[in-house]
Amino acid sequence: MTRTEPGHREPTTPWGAPWEPVVRAVERHRPPLPRFRSPLRGPWLTSVFGVVLLAALPVVIITGLLSYVAYGPQFGQAIPGDVGILHLPWFDWPASPSWLYRLTQGVHVGLGMVLVPVVLAKLWSVAPKLFDWPPVRSPAQALERLTVLLLVGGILFEIVTGLLNIQYDYVFGFSFYAAHYVGAWVFLGAFVAHVALKLPHMVRALRSRSLRRELRTSVADSRPEEPDPYGLVAPEPGPPTISRRGALALVGGGSLLIAVLTAGQTLGGPLRGLAVLLPRGRTTNAADGGPNDFPVNKTFAVTGIEPGAVGAAWRLDLTGGPTLVRLDLDALAAQPQHTATLPIACVEGWSTTQTWTGVRLRDLAALAGVPAPSSAVVRSLEKGPFAQATLTSGQVMHPDALLATAVNGAPLAPDHGYPARVIVPALPGVHNTKWVRSIEFRSA
Amino acid sequence: MRRVRVLYGAGPGHLAVLLLSLAVAGYAASIVAGDPLWPWMAVWFVAVVVGHDGVLSPFAAAVDAVLRRLPHARPTTVNYLRVPALGAGLTFLMFLPGIIRQGEPVVVGQTGLDQGPFLARWLLLVAAMAAVSAIVYGMRRFTGR
Repeated sequence: MTRTEPGHREPTTPWGAPWEPVVRAVERHRPPLPRFRSPLRGPWLTSVFGVVLLAALPVVIITGLLSYVAYGPQFGQAIPGDVGILHLPWFDWPASPSWLYRLTQGVHVGLGMVLVPVVLAKLWSVAPKLFDWPPVRSPAQALERLTVLLLVGGILFEIVTGLLNIQYDYVFGFSFYAAHYVGAWVFLGAFVAHVALKLPHMVRALRSRSLRRELRTSVADSRPEEPDPYGLVAPEPGPPTISRRGALALVGGGSLLIAVLTAGQTLGGPLRGLAVLLPRGRTTNAADGGPNDFPVNKTFAVTGIEPGAVGAAWRLDLTGGPTLVRLDLDALAAQPQHTATLPIACVEGWSTTQTWTGVRLRDLAALAGVPAPSSAVVRSLEKGPFAQATLTSGQVMHPDALLATAVNGAPLAPDHGYPARVIVPALPGVHNTKWVRSIEFRSA
Repeated sequence: MRRVRVLYGAGPGHLAVLLLSLAVAGYAASIVAGDPLWPWMAVWFVAVVVGHDGVLSPFAAAVDAVLRRLPHARPTTVNYLRVPALGAGLTFLMFLPGIIRQGEPVVVGQTGLDQGPFLARWLLLVAAMAAVSAIVYGMRRFTGR
């Protein structure tokens, strides 16, 4: 089967356009560009990688956009603050099921990482297009190449900033949240356009070969794809050194390797240790298996909180009611206690599930004299951008939403927020404020 | 319409789709227009493309060309080198900060853990991939497959 009929080379050479002689002249003066000789490249292989990305990338994109909603943009605590119309429809992030953010953000980071080998393979498969000659044939092609820059730049930018962020490497200097969010929309726009223009070509290419037959074809029997109108198939292919089956297994194996090295940071338990190259493959330095031996999101040492402030002098202020209610640790312990097993799930995709004990936030709201708050602002003793968090009414009123003073039957360690921390089901980890100083219950 | 197609080089649908994509990109970029560090975001956006297309891809192609020129019993023997090399390269790039201990003070502050173990772990992983590849190669040579 051959598909060299005119009109499939797209954008078509502008027959009769005034600049056509120029294009022809440039075409004749081809500089010594790289020659691609792999006999594997072709529309079919590119389309196999393409269809995998077409199925999986929307999941990564949507879970990422959900994370923005989970941060509570209605309280101005999602970053970047003003995103205009570029967001999912607003809704109050629910407090149940408790594993919701663990799932969405674990999938966002985990699937995003697993797709890295597929993205690299896809880019490898279309490498000859980069050296297309002449570089521009028509305004249509110039515009298309510009959006391909946004497409490739977008996905690589998201991968690089995401990978750096989950390893706490802020070498780029700018706001990760803002850059990753904007990069996502730049990519999404280019991705939609790319799919709109290429989908028919992908479907046609996928039908040109049988996947089942390719998976049974050895290296010796591997033949290049038929000459294509896109310039992917090598004009002078070298001898095959790997079959298409082998190439697909190589990419799939790369994804599997990354999955094994990543899943543990989200699944936790005995699998955590498999994430040997990620910061969240470990729990704490002590690694003693004790009640406080689970990953720390921010250590007490870097908060700059005076040790005395969390000692006997510590008081919890409940405001928003008729009078200020001030409790010390003994008074807090005298309130009805509740125990719940809840995950901490962070934007970096890692999570840890522990059993927390403390006072229900809704009991504290009642104690403050605001039994049905519309929201609550939790403030920490620490300073900085995440030193306070606003919770929705649904989050405050959830029966498992706690101001915890103990974990796994022991008092909280300083790194886990002693004397008291918030733990709310399905709340992004960083909003589970530690070293809590006050809670302001607001009524509408 | 025909004149548009001749001058532009494709149909109006093509133009509409691409303009929409550029509009979304421009609108998205305007979100960070007030951020004093937006030029750095743009620099990184371009740098990752240049890094991939101009550095990583040619480097990988050059290494592969060297591997393919090594004396082999059969052309496919190169895959016993390719697979562990690609595994090493992929894990090195994806987990680079820990391996080269970049940004360690922040990691210590956030997690309470240093980056000490990662280089040795990565080297062990690479050694394990190379060893598995060598064993499989040896077995295939031995069984004559």
